[in-house]
Amino acid sequence: MAVLVLADQGATVSQPTRSAVAAARQIDAEVHVLVLGDAAAAAAAAKLDGVAKVIQADGAAFAQALAEPAAALLVALAPGYTHLLAPGSAQGKNILPRAAALLDVQIITDVAGVVDADTFKRFIYAGNALATVKSSDPKKVATIRAASFDPVAAEGGSAAVEAAPAAADPGLSSFVGAEIAKSERPELTAARVVISGGRAMGSAENFAILDKVADKLGAAIGASRAAVDAGYAPNDHQVGQTGKIVAPELYIAVGISGAIQHLAGMKDSKVIVAINKDEEAPIFQVADYGLVGDLFKLIPELEAELG
Amino acid sequence: MKLLVPVKRVVDYNVKVRVKADGTGVETANVKMSMNPFDEIAVEEAVRLKEKGGATEIVAVSIGPAQAQEQLRTALAMGADRAILVEAEGTEPLGVAKLLKALVEREQPGLVIMGKQAIDDDMNATGQMLAALLGWAQGTFASKLEIAGETAKVTREIDGGLETVSLKLPAIVTTDLRLNEPRYASLPNIMKARKKPLETLKPADLGVDVAPRLTVLKVEDPPKRQAGVKVASVAELVSKLRNEAKVI
Ligand SMILES: Cc1cc2nc3c(=O)[nH]c(=O)nc-3n(C[C@H](O)[C@H](O)[C@H](O)COP(=O)(O)OP(=O)(O)OC[C@H]3O[C@@H](n4cnc5c(N)ncnc54)[C@H](O)[C@@H]3O)c2cc1C
Ligand SMILES: Nc1ncnc2c1ncn2[C@@H]1O[C@H](COP(=O)(O)O)[C@@H](O)[C@H]1O
Repeated sequence: MAVLVLADQGATVSQPTRSAVAAARQIDAEVHVLVLGDAAAAAAAAKLDGVAKVIQADGAAFAQALAEPAAALLVALAPGYTHLLAPGSAQGKNILPRAAALLDVQIITDVAGVVDADTFKRFIYAGNALATVKSSDPKKVATIRAASFDPVAAEGGSAAVEAAPAAADPGLSSFVGAEIAKSERPELTAARVVISGGRAMGSAENFAILDKVADKLGAAIGASRAAVDAGYAPNDHQVGQTGKIVAPELYIAVGISGAIQHLAGMKDSKVIVAINKDEEAPIFQVADYGLVGDLFKLIPELEAELG
Repeated sequence: MKLLVPVKRVVDYNVKVRVKADGTGVETANVKMSMNPFDEIAVEEAVRLKEKGGATEIVAVSIGPAQAQEQLRTALAMGADRAILVEAEGTEPLGVAKLLKALVEREQPGLVIMGKQAIDDDMNATGQMLAALLGWAQGTFASKLEIAGETAKVTREIDGGLETVSLKLPAIVTTDLRLNEPRYASLPNIMKARKKPLETLKPADLGVDVAPRLTVLKVEDPPKRQAGVKVASVAELVSKLRNEAKVI
């Protein structure tokens, strides 16, 4: 049998999808990818390193990756697989638990380690503890914490593409619209450098002082919950337990105190820099390099120093 | 329309949880417990719907130990009308979803509003699982909810921004942080909540098997990060990032 990975929707294969494929490869040599999209998206997935087959579902029911038809499709494909996986993206989190329940399986979300085909590691309590759990379900359904798995290469494979079985849309929900911010910056969960601002940024206008530093570093921009709640940054910038989990080469936390819920989303970063005026701020306990001072003085200096 | 709101008793988000020395779990003895923050948001949303005339009754339900009555009383003090406690411990999302399904069949709500994630198990699964078991539509990670006739319009927090979907009712909605800011219960409302009905059931009363599917083999401390150094200036920081860490 094989492992099936539901890819994030999009013209290119997302880095979290490639991490989910990497996790799948640790379970079984035979990995298939399910793409909800057109031929170009399927072709991109077929190039993934280590993927044996791509299943393409491009019916109207799947155009927006709505959970109800997508979960039904996974259930239809399930008999051929021991494991159904997806990256722990908004899409994966939405669809996979639904598919698991339809299969009478307890899902394992945000897998951070594969011990064997039945046994997985995952964080609980905002990353304060790491649990090892063994599933007794005949089939496993899981989402993958991308930050814990090095993505497979985007090129190198040449999988066959096959059409998914026709599936009816249960018609329970419909897509109305989306507001997706266009950005030239890298994806938060795929960026090599992330610079995040917290409550201390004080306003949306002030928050923008991070832009120039981000430009110089080719960085993605993130935020604490406090900054998002206050409207300084959009919701999809939130890093943390209940936002996005990032693990870049370099993470720069600006005016962020370092609450456990924030740390849960960034403490796997390779190098952490903290800029905070309070030398007792908990963020310094995880920072490789700490700079104590007023961000409104230090950020322009940093921008200048980066040349 | 009747609303059902599941609320979970969890370790308060301010508590720094500790792993037990024997590796079987985390310390929960003498630790402050609260309603899961996302569930407070769910209760708040339900109460606002009722205040606007869009709902007739709010039933708060919890699956947990006898002490989960405290969280149900909080929900009642916030404005729920009655509460149901299913006494069971250690129930996984699938088991919780099965119990909730049985309660939904009994109560016949037009909408279930619940949290997107419990901050203890961090599963983010129960709402989606309940929707599946009922064959209902789901609107997860909601930052806005509007009811219009037979449909619910839900704006969802997704990876690139926001998405709006229209759900056929009855449906499941799970809350994200920006949906609303939950109120504090006033003292008079806390007093009133003591007199509101709270029914207690056992899983067997609902005919549901909640045997867990996952065995926890071990719970350990996460890998620890060493605190690094403080640098004196931006110039020193940039030099270290270039020459020592080699990340820029
Ligand atoms: C259910 C739940 C889920 C949550 N999920 C998340 C999550 O996913 N992500 C997340 O981030 N949080 C999350 N939180 C919130 C978390 O608990 C903290 O409240 C939040 O992270 C604090 O954000 P902050 O560090 O920006 O703000 P604060 O804690 O207010 O810190 C601001 C910091 O800025 C410093 N500062 C102030 N002025 C300056 C200046 N001029 N120059 C330099 N430094 C300055 C201060 O010293 C302080 O350390 C969650 C909370 C709950 C209850
Ligand atoms: N034991 C429980 N009792 C009541 N509601 C629960 C319980 N467990 C989970 N839920 C609901 O499901 C949501 C998501 O939980 P989880 O899937 O465990 O992250 C929570 O926010 C609650 O609304």
